Amino acid sequence: MSFKEMDRRTLLKSAAAGIVGVGAAGLPLRAFAAAPTIGIVYVGPRDDFGWNQAHAVAAKALKSVPGVKVVEEENVPETVAVQKSMESMINLDGANLIFATSFGYFDPHMLEMAKKYPKVEFRHAAGLWTKDKHPGNAGSYYGYLNQGHYVNGVAAGVVSKTGKLGFIAAKPIPTVLLNINSFLLGARKSNPKATVQVIFTGDWSLPVREAEAANALADAGCDVITCHVDSPKVVIETAERRGLLTAGHNASQAPLAPKGFITGAEYKWETIYKDFAALIAKGEKLPNYVRGGIDKDYIANTAYGAGASEAARKAADAATADLKANKPYVVGPLKDNKGNEVVPAGKSIDNYDVALEQTSYLVEGVVGSIT
Amino acid sequence: MTDTAQGSPAPTTLPLAARSDFVDRLRSGSEYVVIPLIAVAISAVLFSMFLLVLGKDPVEFFSLLWRGGFGTAFSWQNSLLRAAPLILTALCVALPARAGLVIIGGEGALVLGGLFAAMIALPLKNALPPVVLMPLMAIMAMAAGGFWIGLVGIMRHARGVNETIASLLMSYIAIAIMNFLVEGPLRDPASANKPSTGPIGEGNMVTAIPGTDVHWGLAAGIILAVILWIVIDRTTYGFALRVTGGNARAAKAQGLPVGTLMVSCCAIAGACAGLAGYFEVAAIHGKANASLIAGYGFTGILVAFLARHNPIVIVPVAILFGGIAAAGGLIQRRMGLPDASVLLFQSLIFVVLLISETLYGRLRIFQPRTEAERT
Amino acid sequence: MSENAALLTVLFAMIGGAIRVSTPFIFVSLGECLTEKSGRINLGLEGTLVFGAMAAYAISFLSGSPWLGVFVAGCCGALLGAVHGWVCKLPRVNDVAIGIALMTFGLGLAFFFGKPYIQPAAPRLPSIPLADWTGNASLATALKVNPLFFVGIALAVFLSWAFRNTRTGLILRTTGDSAAAARAMGVSVDRVRLLATTAGGFLAGVGGSFLSLYYPGSWSEGLSSGQGLMAVALVIFARWDPMRCLFASMMFGAAGAIGPALQSIGITQGYYFFNAAPYVVTLFIMIASSSTKGALASAPGELAVTR
Repeated sequence: MSFKEMDRRTLLKSAAAGIVGVGAAGLPLRAFAAAPTIGIVYVGPRDDFGWNQAHAVAAKALKSVPGVKVVEEENVPETVAVQKSMESMINLDGANLIFATSFGYFDPHMLEMAKKYPKVEFRHAAGLWTKDKHPGNAGSYYGYLNQGHYVNGVAAGVVSKTGKLGFIAAKPIPTVLLNINSFLLGARKSNPKATVQVIFTGDWSLPVREAEAANALADAGCDVITCHVDSPKVVIETAERRGLLTAGHNASQAPLAPKGFITGAEYKWETIYKDFAALIAKGEKLPNYVRGGIDKDYIANTAYGAGASEAARKAADAATADLKANKPYVVGPLKDNKGNEVVPAGKSIDNYDVALEQTSYLVEGVVGSIT
Repeated sequence: MTDTAQGSPAPTTLPLAARSDFVDRLRSGSEYVVIPLIAVAISAVLFSMFLLVLGKDPVEFFSLLWRGGFGTAFSWQNSLLRAAPLILTALCVALPARAGLVIIGGEGALVLGGLFAAMIALPLKNALPPVVLMPLMAIMAMAAGGFWIGLVGIMRHARGVNETIASLLMSYIAIAIMNFLVEGPLRDPASANKPSTGPIGEGNMVTAIPGTDVHWGLAAGIILAVILWIVIDRTTYGFALRVTGGNARAAKAQGLPVGTLMVSCCAIAGACAGLAGYFEVAAIHGKANASLIAGYGFTGILVAFLARHNPIVIVPVAILFGGIAAAGGLIQRRMGLPDASVLLFQSLIFVVLLISETLYGRLRIFQPRTEAERT
Repeated sequence: MSENAALLTVLFAMIGGAIRVSTPFIFVSLGECLTEKSGRINLGLEGTLVFGAMAAYAISFLSGSPWLGVFVAGCCGALLGAVHGWVCKLPRVNDVAIGIALMTFGLGLAFFFGKPYIQPAAPRLPSIPLADWTGNASLATALKVNPLFFVGIALAVFLSWAFRNTRTGLILRTTGDSAAAARAMGVSVDRVRLLATTAGGFLAGVGGSFLSLYYPGSWSEGLSSGQGLMAVALVIFARWDPMRCLFASMMFGAAGAIGPALQSIGITQGYYFFNAAPYVVTLFIMIASSSTKGALASAPGELAVTR
């Protein structure tokens, strides 16, 4: 096999160069003009029943494109390790398109690599790629999961008896804050007095604390629970055991809560990846900035569970229809929960406005603070 | 851990003719090379069997391991880069271990070191030139790390608080402090989905060692390892430290300042880990954020124990770790094995390496020859 | 919510937390206590805990019997413990180092074989409703208790009694305090330590099964996040006394409930520090209760940490 011969050759070469020689010059890159090699980096295990799995499942769409080779690496921390993993994919596997699927990969790691390897294309899930500011061979794609959480909220507002909803969140970053706000705005659409109680666990995967948080919210009188953590399984199961209603996140959790599941916000990464795969098959360049919500089927809500009443389904369907028609839902007058105005009366924030992705506040009605 | 922590004194050689003395030294010296190699080979055989059961090709596994870790110039740099922080965090364990203290909280010192390096840079980055600010950042990082583990030493000396558990607890507390500051008061609004402090500034970044991709943290780690080896093995301070480690009560009876020794060696250890944090911030991230909590502190414990707390040995052990981590990605990609398989292989090597220590001084071939053999 | 009601919520949450969260800590710390009493340290119980959690979940899922899962988890733990115990009897092999290496090994095994069991739901262990009769909903949930919790308490009482009052306890303690004295009694030091480490591993494995089969009741790679390591550390905190291990574990569980509970009643500022409460509380108690004199007087004499 030529692979092994190459191995021996590079080995000799590196022995001669010692450790000082630079790798970029040392390795023959296989040329993939028509059939690209795609490298995908995951921050956690690929089968975590959460964020990473959602990507890994969708990535299968890429593997089905003829001639495309996909190489994957899991459990890559957001340190120099991810830079080296990308570089290793480029140098040793000949990757010419990289998907980085964790928030912390973007700056500085992916941007560094994009500068270093201008011929390789880099795309990041959720990063805020900005023209002129970031390299042209980098980019980002993201689905507006907040729209799914808004629909969750609309349904939850109808079914909640106490009007107190619980939200278990990992970290106070813009995407999470936006989901919390959207959940509240949805709930308030159905029940203007609804409140959302937030508990931050402090990290993406802390099963015991997530379970404790679900119990604490139940004890505090919340009757609907949702979350934004990497793997929502524990939260949904714990809430179901406490007899509460639940709304999902990331992927379908419907089977975990046969009694209390209302609906859930689901990523449809496969829509994006399939679009990408089609472009790749045609040999076209991928766009740098890809965004979409329910309107583009980047996001969808899980089929209603037993927790969704007839009225809730109707309200949620109406909200989904509005979002499909791109009707904004962040409408003024709106204050944050410290009393500062964020959207003046008569104004609204468009669903595609980047301002949403930069959310740094919790809106009025959310009980919780960012630090 | 008295006996193994002391490093391994070479078997006493008999005062004989120089030539045969050399042969004897060669025999006993080669013990420290041959036995680990045998251990690695045994673990490779064991893991091959495991792979065969899974229906995977062991030859492919090991050729990828070699290729991804050390087989190319790129792989070497990859491994060295990953080894750099581990050398420093392992030193954080090794030095106190020589004084009989088991410190497992290097992670916290690293995190605080990185945080303080960024904190000092933020207000001063426009006021001071890099040539002043960069050392200042490193000093701040070392001071923060040194203070944190030094506190553990003080608690141990003044209150008899067990240093192992105290350092672990302090590590969790340090992480909480970092998270709070980075997501709260120190948060840069532009850092969006990865809450971070503001950037320390391009000009204040540590560069790569010329001709490589590896930052100067590696060189700093190796230099510190050599210095600490000299300190431990060749100075009165090191001697006093080892006496304390051997028997604190006896050391006290001999009039050694046990308290000062304990606290100072904890502080030096913490400074090493803090420096690792500095390089993470100044050479990699350019700002402080939760990426500092990458487990380097905990991996460093394993490195230190495998190196039997000998600073010089820490360097190759850390590189071995870096190499396995670097190769892990390639193995995942090419063989479709989960990341856990590399973890499994890595731990198998450790277990067998540690078990192989029992062979030292027991194999005839490495022993000084007896009179009968010489004639 | 009124002040009193809020306070009551936190209090109930802490009681509930002590009961829900403490069990794995109890099992691991008792197991480690047993091991350390014999003069060995097994730092690898984090790996045992996680491997036990995975094994229990897998067996429960495959066989449909959670209790079989608990038993198998214990056996897996015992196996890892036995490896530790057997290896450490070889001369020059360091027990602390082997423990750390075996921790990685246990984690590697669990992660490798646990992949297929992350998504499916396995049958869980049942709970005993102790306070349903009160009619107070939050008290009723706080006091839904898993039988393993009571087993843990009984075990602590039993060990505490057995260390002092049985011949086996005496042999164990003698082995831990002075190997020479134990040999003089005609005891095989290595065998005692092997058995103690194996038993300790068994308990840690059972502790793991509680995590995956009861609370939080699901297998994932982040399930433990250091609980095993902390439990081992708690043994030093508890000064090698099984009853103190029990209390330390419950205190740790209660303190862990503070963070989420405070946020749930609207005290939301500084949650990182509330979430770190277990560590802060433990540290302060240690500082307050330690003293330079006889700091480690209760430590087994043969333990490496004290030398």
